[in-house]
Amino acid sequence: MTKKIRILIAKPGLDGHDRGAKYVARALKDAGYEVIYTGIRQTPEAIVRTAIQEDVDFIGLSLLSGAHNELFPKVVKLLKDQEVDDIVVFGGGIIPESDISFLKENGIQAIFTSGTPIKDIINFIQSCK
Amino acid sequence: MSEQSSPELVSQILEGNIRGIAKAISLAENGLATQPKEELIDSLYSHCGNAAIWGITGPSGVGKSTLLDKMLDCLRRDNHKVAVIVVDPSSPFSGGALLGDRLRMQRYSTDEQVFIRSMASRGHLGGIAGATSDAVKIFDTAGYDTIIIETIGIGQSEIEIVKLADVVMLVLVPGLGDEIQALKAGIMEIGDIFIINKSDLDGADRLHSELEYVLNLKRENKPDLEHPLVMTCATNNKGIDELYDRTNRYLTTITQNGILTRKRRNHLEHEIRVIALAKIREKIDFNSRLEAQLDGWINEILLKKASPYKLINQKINGLIKEMKHR
Amino acid sequence: MAIDKRFLKKLRDWEATILKSVTDHFPERETKFTTGSWIEAERVALPESGDFERYLEKSGMPGEYPFTRGVQPNMYRGRLWTMRQYAGFGTAEESNERYKYLLAQGQTGLSIAFDLPTQIGYDSDHPAAEGEVGKVGVAIDTLQDMEILFDNIPFDQVSTSMTINAPAAILLAMYIAVAEKQGIARAKLNGTLQNDILKEYIARGTYIFPPKPSLKLTTDIFEYCSREVPRFNSISISGYHIREAGATAVQEIAFTLANGIEYVKAALEAGLPLDSYADRLSFFFSAHNDLLEEVAKFRAARRIWAKLMKRKFHASHPKAMMLRFHTQTAGSTLTAQQPDNNIVRVTIQTLAAVLGGTQSLHTNSRDEALNLPTEDSVRIALRTQQIVAHESGVTQTVDPLGGSYYIENLTDKIEVEVWKYLDKIEALGGMVQAIEQGYVQKEIQSSAYRYQQEIETGRRIVVGVNKFTIAESSLVNSQPVNPQLGKIQTAKLFKIKQQRDNVRVAAALKKLRQTTKEPNMNLMPDILTAVKEYASLGEICNVLRDEFGEYHESVIL
Repeated sequence: MTKKIRILIAKPGLDGHDRGAKYVARALKDAGYEVIYTGIRQTPEAIVRTAIQEDVDFIGLSLLSGAHNELFPKVVKLLKDQEVDDIVVFGGGIIPESDISFLKENGIQAIFTSGTPIKDIINFIQSCK
Repeated sequence: MSEQSSPELVSQILEGNIRGIAKAISLAENGLATQPKEELIDSLYSHCGNAAIWGITGPSGVGKSTLLDKMLDCLRRDNHKVAVIVVDPSSPFSGGALLGDRLRMQRYSTDEQVFIRSMASRGHLGGIAGATSDAVKIFDTAGYDTIIIETIGIGQSEIEIVKLADVVMLVLVPGLGDEIQALKAGIMEIGDIFIINKSDLDGADRLHSELEYVLNLKRENKPDLEHPLVMTCATNNKGIDELYDRTNRYLTTITQNGILTRKRRNHLEHEIRVIALAKIREKIDFNSRLEAQLDGWINEILLKKASPYKLINQKINGLIKEMKHR
Repeated sequence: MAIDKRFLKKLRDWEATILKSVTDHFPERETKFTTGSWIEAERVALPESGDFERYLEKSGMPGEYPFTRGVQPNMYRGRLWTMRQYAGFGTAEESNERYKYLLAQGQTGLSIAFDLPTQIGYDSDHPAAEGEVGKVGVAIDTLQDMEILFDNIPFDQVSTSMTINAPAAILLAMYIAVAEKQGIARAKLNGTLQNDILKEYIARGTYIFPPKPSLKLTTDIFEYCSREVPRFNSISISGYHIREAGATAVQEIAFTLANGIEYVKAALEAGLPLDSYADRLSFFFSAHNDLLEEVAKFRAARRIWAKLMKRKFHASHPKAMMLRFHTQTAGSTLTAQQPDNNIVRVTIQTLAAVLGGTQSLHTNSRDEALNLPTEDSVRIALRTQQIVAHESGVTQTVDPLGGSYYIENLTDKIEVEVWKYLDKIEALGGMVQAIEQGYVQKEIQSSAYRYQQEIETGRRIVVGVNKFTIAESSLVNSQPVNPQLGKIQTAKLFKIKQQRDNVRVAAALKKLRQTTKEPNMNLMPDILTAVKEYASLGEICNVLRDEFGEYHESVIL
């Protein structure tokens, strides 16, 4: 039984810059994954419920407005509240290096910031399988 | 990934637990021809048959998802519990897929009475995914009274939805040109309800006349069945209530006059046939044996040492004899 | 080829008329401009021979149709571009301090950045505002915040640009209300409102209402400004964000001008005579890396817009045909790796904008890819403009690259490609249709994907990212943003809701709601009334949301 890897790419908060998220979504599709992309302005609640409905293996959060310290951990917390322990959360966007350890402590397993080659994300996904 | 046993999954589905439902659909998707999936479907089967199954199909870009979003407004207003399956094609090159149709209905992502699931075709031809009918059964069991399937844009071969849905809504828009010509031949067989979306565009009235003509022909052959033709402009909320009402009326009519029963019987026949043929193929273990020998056959035919049909018939008869003796 | 005396005659005629009409009122910055070696710098270089008619048709003189060489006759010899750094974050108090700092450092205009909740019409206490308050700009909930923002800023002397779109009418009303309190006449107010909702649907995402009612708000603002604040640019039709979303230079111009066409059409349909607002239409573009292409792009844009206004809309006044624009250096080209390299990139982009004839410029700071810029980084960005302005000599002549074979040919090529897009969009029924069908977004996404693929494969080199890399840790200090901002703003908002006269607020909102149902009534006066009663941005937008509906993204990849 081959399980296809499914990834949710989501933009929490109000930031409308979706060029990066769209690029990653498309590139991950080209790498053979099934990618669900839900557009901009997603609340953490909507992201988590979508992730559960779609039974994804990964959630990739994209945010460029600086609200990552509040919103990324919130997604992780909501997953925990729903007793979901098998979804890996990663993030990207405009995230200062000084915030990365805080995010990792709060359940975001990897951060891929501006300029990261797509193969880094793919390697990460492969390593989690 | 934690594997769940079938009885546990079944009870979760019966409770309407969204995680259980989602996992079950994945199980069906990932193990199309496996025992766990078959056990699951068998366990669910007695609970099925209550939901109304809608299909929305049509060329890409006609506004299926937007219309679906509007139908959700109506259904939820009437307190229905709705499941939506949106199907998108898998890339034939990478095997991956970009599933973005739910974006247009994302307002409903936090509605407790709505479940949206995106499915990739994974190479399955016919416009829906191989596991779509399993997903329908899962949702049916979980208590969703209306299950809507949005198929991949239509061509002349993507019509499997007809073998699954109680009502198929075919969406068209003005200005499709050549695509309409090709469709006209198939329209009569595909749709139950015909929708001209983007009715504010030029050519809407002309398309309406064309379709009316074709539908009248259809009606002549089957006078007891109404085929509504509705004009909508989803982005302006025009024609939405009308579409909803006529869909409900259609479903009521076919329930009362026995056509729904006949359809469902036909659907079941199709499903059984497909499963049975697949099983037979599996049992005979035909594919792998065939693969092993194919190169040799190709060489013989290429070198004109044998003529195609003669050789193939010979070889297949030989293979079958071989298997009988195993 | 023999010297064609008509070129010289043209120059002299132009000096005696168009140039003189400007220099009579505004003398040039120097009596004589010289190069570094004291050779006199020509005001505008013309060919000595060649196809004269063709020159007039394609280039003309600066300040003259088709304005290819510039919208002002003597460009930076008369006045330098406005150095206008986009800034704002946190509370109104913090932003106010940053503005005072920038003005003291020599910035000549203010550009206000608002936070996302403000841009999307949410108060700071709205659930959707969680984590976003004060992050990408200043949080404005009521008039009180605006008063604090402009405290002790002589904004009758300094022009103010506000990057606000969907709720632009409300922020404009607040701005006018603050001016009133400071005793400044509306006729003196100078500035720009971005107010470009179409690009929000395409590339930026801070929309609230659907296109039709949004265009009504847009034209209400045109009309109100032409009457009440005539020196205000009532719109900044933007290509910057479209470019940042991944569009090419051609697409940037094509989709921006197409949006411009749509706004002019909407205004005409609303009964506004072209000449009442057309000279206040302004534009906003990106300055990207390929310096030569960017210069050609700006020249082509001017030429195309002039032709559009003249031939399609029959503008009679030259001012209505002039494409005036603000430029921002392209943020998406800046890298998180080796951030100091970005200073070099911004310098090249500054040159592109200046050689391209921009009227005002924002230069990005080196740490844009990491966080909000620090004071040091912002200062360097401003110095970049100042060094180009005062030390490089490119300001001494108009359209320095005009006449270069490469630039002229490329200008023509870009023009041809842009017209193709404009024709296609017209065939689709205009920009609103094209956006609803996803045509524009798909074009941009294709370009974005292709560009990114080239970087991934190494075909396109980005120094420090896929070549000439180093192992690095981030040594750049980031600008901290107070994480308590949401709470601070919420408390402020709570307090003011108690202090204001809530009966009057309710009445004002009710009146506004009634007016939205009248298609021919301008909404600005009622918005202004509500704003003065300290109705919040969210409260006003909620009325509009109820009446206009909300727009939901529908197109994807």
